[in-house]
Amino acid sequence: MDKTVNQKAWLLVLPVFLIVAFSAILPLMTVVNYSVQDTFGNNQFFWNGLGWFKELLDPSTDLGSRFFASLWRNLLFSGIILAIEVPLGIVVALSMPRQGWGVAACLVILALPLLIPWNVVGTIWQIFGRPDIGLLGYVLNHMGFDYNYVSNDFDAWATVVVMDVWHWTSLVTLLCYAGLKSIPDAYYQAAQIDGASRWAVFKAIQLPKLHRVLLIAVLLRFMDSFMIYTEPFVVTGGGPGNSTTFISIELVKIALGQFDLGKAAALSLVYNLIIIIVCWVFYTVMTNAGADRQANKGVA
Amino acid sequence: MSSFAWMAWTIPTAIFFVLLAATLATMTWLAIAYPEAERFGVLRIPTTRGDRLFISLIVAAVVHLLWIGFVGTDPIATLPIGEGIEVASLWIATGISLVLAVIIFRTV
Repeated sequence: MDKTVNQKAWLLVLPVFLIVAFSAILPLMTVVNYSVQDTFGNNQFFWNGLGWFKELLDPSTDLGSRFFASLWRNLLFSGIILAIEVPLGIVVALSMPRQGWGVAACLVILALPLLIPWNVVGTIWQIFGRPDIGLLGYVLNHMGFDYNYVSNDFDAWATVVVMDVWHWTSLVTLLCYAGLKSIPDAYYQAAQIDGASRWAVFKAIQLPKLHRVLLIAVLLRFMDSFMIYTEPFVVTGGGPGNSTTFISIELVKIALGQFDLGKAAALSLVYNLIIIIVCWVFYTVMTNAGADRQANKGVA
Repeated sequence: MSSFAWMAWTIPTAIFFVLLAATLATMTWLAIAYPEAERFGVLRIPTTRGDRLFISLIVAAVVHLLWIGFVGTDPIATLPIGEGIEVASLWIATGISLVLAVIIFRTV
């Protein structure tokens, strides 16, 4: 049985390839070129070899200390928001109604934060948290808490974390809700016959079925939070001091604030490498988790 | 060529990209001339030649960065050409990456 292979299909991919070449491949090559050179403007470049990479990977230099500090800050941020958003998303999805008008109402309300542009989310929370005119800041201060995200590191972090939880927990919830809807009723009926407790139903039926959507949710939330820029930039501007300066904010400061294109290019390449590795690991785990289950089904 | 001036090309980066493009072209030709099936290696994930090349390139990048971070790029030898060309220790990392690439292509 010979399959006909039509190579003309490649022509259909050509427009996308050209667009990607201009929007991604050429700029990325330029970044590689910048990373081994130094410039003082006027499009004049001077060879610097691996100097920027040496500086970047040496925590005793200015560039290195800023890179590692923002990297750990960003990993801590991603860890915190994942630890909050994933369990919270599951709990909200489990407590949502399964049928009736409540489903539509819940979905619309949950989708609202996802529809708001990122800079608007930042502005909302910037005003919401202000001690003088913001509802949150005003109430907290009148309850006796000395809350001020502009001057206190912990308050700035709390604001940025709560803002992200408010913005993105809905995504985890919607994914989990879709996963829960796909579980056939027969599973629950069997559990009822066995007299399974609520916790047993969750552990033995719902959680295993949510495995795949949860992996997608964790991947999406990790990547998004690891690349976060707009919201903390609008709310805290990376401050107080450098306490909420995440990698992308640091990158923009170096590239556009100081116009150190070489340093910024070296930092972007290492940042890019980290993201590619994490993406690849998640993608491989995700696709193979599915494949394993299919194989198990085949055996069963 | 002046329209490419904004890309700030250098000879070393040009050589790097030409080698990368040549590798990709060779892999494409191999895939057409000698189609292959996915196989399961030590990572127990299905991989093709392209996957193994991707893993090798990523590993090479990580090895080079770790070498720059932990060992540095001090010269280890001087080639007796002209006034003497210094050989950076980073070439050891390149050697390690090539060995790792061979191992990855055989076992993963």
